[in-house]
Amino acid sequence: MPKIPLFDLPVLPQNRLPLHLQLQKTRVFCNNDAPTNTEDITYSGAYAALGVDNSLKLDEFRNNFKVKVIKLNEEDMEFDLIGIDASIANAFRRILISELPTMAIEKVLVANSSSVVQDEVLAHRLGLIPIKVDPRLFDYMSENDVPNEKNSIVFSLNIKCDRKTGERLTVYSHDLKWLPFGSEYVLPTENSSDPSSKPKTYTSFTSSQDSFPEFSDNPITVTPGIIISKLGPGQEIELEAHAVKGVGKTHAKWSPVATAWYRMLPEVVLLQVIENEDAQKLVNKCPVNVFDIEDMGKGVKRATVARPRACTVCRECIREPGWNEKVALRRVKDHFIFTIESTGALPPEVLFTEAVKILEDKCESVITELS
Amino acid sequence: MEHGSYKDQSASTFSLAEDHTLANALRFTLNQDPRVSVCGYSIPHPSEARVNIRVQTTGDSAKEVLKDSCQDLMMICQHVRSTFDQAVTDFKNNNGSESE
Repeated sequence: MPKIPLFDLPVLPQNRLPLHLQLQKTRVFCNNDAPTNTEDITYSGAYAALGVDNSLKLDEFRNNFKVKVIKLNEEDMEFDLIGIDASIANAFRRILISELPTMAIEKVLVANSSSVVQDEVLAHRLGLIPIKVDPRLFDYMSENDVPNEKNSIVFSLNIKCDRKTGERLTVYSHDLKWLPFGSEYVLPTENSSDPSSKPKTYTSFTSSQDSFPEFSDNPITVTPGIIISKLGPGQEIELEAHAVKGVGKTHAKWSPVATAWYRMLPEVVLLQVIENEDAQKLVNKCPVNVFDIEDMGKGVKRATVARPRACTVCRECIREPGWNEKVALRRVKDHFIFTIESTGALPPEVLFTEAVKILEDKCESVITELS
Repeated sequence: MEHGSYKDQSASTFSLAEDHTLANALRFTLNQDPRVSVCGYSIPHPSEARVNIRVQTTGDSAKEVLKDSCQDLMMICQHVRSTFDQAVTDFKNNNGSESE
């Protein structure tokens, strides 16, 4: 930072900080050895001595907050949140990973398994398969609840490897069949008093899930193509899997995102004019081509920062001695580049909206608890 | 659960069944409130989902200040949600018209 005498500092309008303090408030300095200035200056009276009010003004927040969507398709999305604090961005990320509900296989009833894969390993693998259904259509099932059409989904897997061919058979996730009428396995009860009534199964579906408007044209499927197991000749698997609603906090199989992460926008600033040989060196050093050479005419070539967003802050450009004064690597503290990769249950933009709703609900529950 | 003194309402510790997700966001909005002199949170034990939020104000009741901060956080969330929905709709419209 160049040192300017106190009387030469630029005069700013009221309620604006001097430039060096603004830099300290809004940028993380990524130095050669470690990042500095990483703390958030959120205290409302932090700049009280200067007469600047640092408190939260909702109108200012509303005016300054921006969202820019960079990429959006059914599986993942990348968007920018500008003007929000790290604690709230992190809260969204944590909720996306662990507190958004999904459906996943929880109970596996194995009728027959002669495969080499142990039952519990098979059940664990089945649990991790993503189920493409909107979890908001289902209710949670507690210990005392009976499994019915509102809180569980039943899949069956009946597969046998033919002995004649002599080849191994791969069991894929699309071999799981959805049973909209519920479980087909009968409960082992001694009930000979009523032979004409339907035998009780492991689930009590009063109506078929097929009849629900959401599922009538849209059968519930799992992500296809995932290898569950392999069978040798003559081996077979016969099982039923029941899926229930849960959150990622309990077990990672219920997490609706493959992952969700954010990074702060990197800022690359050339502190000095870099020309000719130095400029070429700089362009060659950067592995992601952040810098470009600009021809200034008269044989003078200058380096410019072309793609700061692509910078991975690998610090190659400031590694050698002396380059620290030429290039400054910083991160903008309130600009977050979010990436959400969904597993297929819900599209990523819906996931983010639900995550924000969950944070609102948490605040509401705190307010009601205090009142 | 509020642990404070009946005589002095301006300083108390709130023990909530939450974790870093809500506590850090609340700490941010609390810090931004001009009535707050000290605020922070700690997790007594990582195996237990409990967080202690300490609020000390310049005279107002700590409970009211915490409630107002929760309200502020809710307003922030609502604004984030509406701006996000708007941005997604704009993106879909722009890209839909481009592909046509």
